[in-house]
Amino acid sequence: MSTPQPLAHAPQFDDPTQQRTAAVLGMWAFLVTEVLFFGVLFAGYAVCRWRFPDAFAAGSRHTDLPMGAIETGVLLASSCAAALALRDVQLGGRRAATRLLVLTAALGATFLVMHGFEYTDEYREGLVPGLRYTQDGPLAGKMEFFFYLYFAITGLHSVHVLVGVVLMLVMALRNARGRFRATYFTPVELAALYWHLVDIVWIFVFPLVYLVGRAG
Amino acid sequence: MRIPESTGSYARDNYLSQGRPGLRGWLLTHDHKRVAILYALAITGFFALGAVAAALVRLTLVQPDSQWISPETYDKSFTFHGIVMVWFFLIPSIPNTLGNFLLPLMIGARDVAFPRLNLFSWYLFMLGGLFTIATLLLGGVDTGWTFYTPFSTMFSNTHVIMAAAGVFVSGFASIVSGMNFIVTVHTMRAPGMRWFRLPLFVWAIYATSVVMMLATPVLAMTLLLIALERLAGVGIFDPALGGDPVLFQHFFWFYSHPAVYIMVLPAMGVTSELICCGVRRRVFGYRFMAWSMLGIAFIGFLVWGHHMFVAGQSMYASIAFSLLSFAVAVPSAIKVFNWLATMYKGVIDFHAPMLYALGFVGLFTLGGLTGLFLAAVALDVSLTDTYFVVAHFHYIMVGGAVMAYLGGIHFWWPKITGRLYSEPLARFAAILMFVGFNVTFFPQYVLGYLGMPRRYHDYPPPFQALNVVSSAGAAILAVAYLLPLWYLGRSLWRGASAGPNPWHATGLEWTTPSPPPHDNFPEPPVVERGPYDYRDP
Repeated sequence: MSTPQPLAHAPQFDDPTQQRTAAVLGMWAFLVTEVLFFGVLFAGYAVCRWRFPDAFAAGSRHTDLPMGAIETGVLLASSCAAALALRDVQLGGRRAATRLLVLTAALGATFLVMHGFEYTDEYREGLVPGLRYTQDGPLAGKMEFFFYLYFAITGLHSVHVLVGVVLMLVMALRNARGRFRATYFTPVELAALYWHLVDIVWIFVFPLVYLVGRAG
Repeated sequence: MRIPESTGSYARDNYLSQGRPGLRGWLLTHDHKRVAILYALAITGFFALGAVAAALVRLTLVQPDSQWISPETYDKSFTFHGIVMVWFFLIPSIPNTLGNFLLPLMIGARDVAFPRLNLFSWYLFMLGGLFTIATLLLGGVDTGWTFYTPFSTMFSNTHVIMAAAGVFVSGFASIVSGMNFIVTVHTMRAPGMRWFRLPLFVWAIYATSVVMMLATPVLAMTLLLIALERLAGVGIFDPALGGDPVLFQHFFWFYSHPAVYIMVLPAMGVTSELICCGVRRRVFGYRFMAWSMLGIAFIGFLVWGHHMFVAGQSMYASIAFSLLSFAVAVPSAIKVFNWLATMYKGVIDFHAPMLYALGFVGLFTLGGLTGLFLAAVALDVSLTDTYFVVAHFHYIMVGGAVMAYLGGIHFWWPKITGRLYSEPLARFAAILMFVGFNVTFFPQYVLGYLGMPRRYHDYPPPFQALNVVSSAGAAILAVAYLLPLWYLGRSLWRGASAGPNPWHATGLEWTTPSPPPHDNFPEPPVVERGPYDYRDP
């Protein structure tokens, strides 16, 4: 298993093309299940926001918009890096690809650290349902739903980012060792697909959590 | 021609003798056939556990206000019965045993697309099962298999999180298998195996996999929210804070209604294969059969609200869900009529698998028709939460899915083991099962119609006679379930060798030796015609 055999294929397949097709289709299928997984939380968000629009607007104003905006930028940049890394692998640019994969992971880690700061602030302000929720006022009770969903959605998303960071580092390592080349790049492609999903989920989270209700 | 008949000798070089020997060869196998056997052994064990719980329930109900187990134990018994039978028997029953074994064989592949993932699915399933058994050992859970809020989140003092964790983990086994089967059907078909040459069993597993993949994540997240709400003491289902417990029901049934089709679609696939072989004819309306399965899978996603007619959902939502539920009956009826048309004026061979298949058609029809009663809002208001509902879904799940599962096990037993079982005993067991099933569950229709509510350990004395009949039927059913264990087990040592095709059936799986070799086919198959290429004897 230690020597790379890029054009070999698993015994159940007839040829590398069939293996690649199966792997990519499997990844897309997995991404569909992820969409449904997050979908429950977004549906819960939709129902609660529809029932308590004022409390959700108030909750939204407690979030850190500049921080959220920078995080969005960081994640978008990391997705771009992942896409470029895949392209470099396909074109045979191994060193550039390794650097881009490490950059992707680093940007992902930056995102996690920034979100960690946000969580710390929210804990200090007493905005964490179940652990430390010290808000009062007429909207405080319903606002708890907002923060419950906020932590559920962003927490689950952060777990996905963490998995992605590890995945990208593994890909970088394997690429540096010469496991991938212009004719064999499926794992990098799959990791990049996963990373884009993580990014897209955030593209929905950002407006729902940070932007909606601020204008009101 | 007498079938089943021995058509050759036992293939010595098979998936049981090839590959790594010993326990490691099984626990680390990537062979879809061995994974299927692992799954079969596991679900047989879970079926026994669930059956014991059912026996406790039926014994309690022999007399009104029975004191031999406490009401709390009664609640935990039917909850355990529900959780185990739904998630640890019915959901994996046909897809993960027969599906795992047959899917690659039927499409002419060497294995599923992701063999390691396939084994991983089994380990996830077993881990979920461990959680469930741990729940039982710690003292059980009393919420019912549906985990309804706010009881499950705020009031129940039992091991809800542990039970939910078991279902959560085994849910991922389901997702992983679904993805694997979908990719396998898309990418691993043999040359010439076009989509409309696929056996209907493959179509059934494909449609089921789509439902598994799209519905199960919703259940997983919903159970996660239940656990979170119990841990945090706050959550969106909590009515005390203004949350919405009915929202939980929406999420839960968004999975659990389609889950009914996870159980019954594979049964329809098995039945189609069995009936075609039993009358030795092509299936009537092949394309309609294939499309109707996809249709059931699709419409099945749009009917979940019929579980909530009395839960306070809007009247207009109920009307829409009612109409959509009626609509599911259309593709289901297409299937029943096409099975009948396949057999019409045919020469039917009443061998054991065919008896199971005929039993399936009859019991599924009764269960399906009573489903229409329950889909009618006005009737459901009085029948909801009565034994009428219990009888209805047991007709679909036990009368339908379990009969088809056992029919399939009998039909493909010679392929899986290379041995022939005792036909007379098998026929006797099949008939006994049909009788025992009806004696058990038909009185429950009547009880429900008379107004006996479900989930109570006590009932008014006038209901006793029918309850005694039902419990007696359950005893017959238990014997009928034990019989196959005996004669199928015995056939492993004493059975005559089956040879490649003891049923003279069509389909790629019958072209390879029994049991099949590790790589499934001695020569890679090339497909030149459609399925069910039977000629009248």
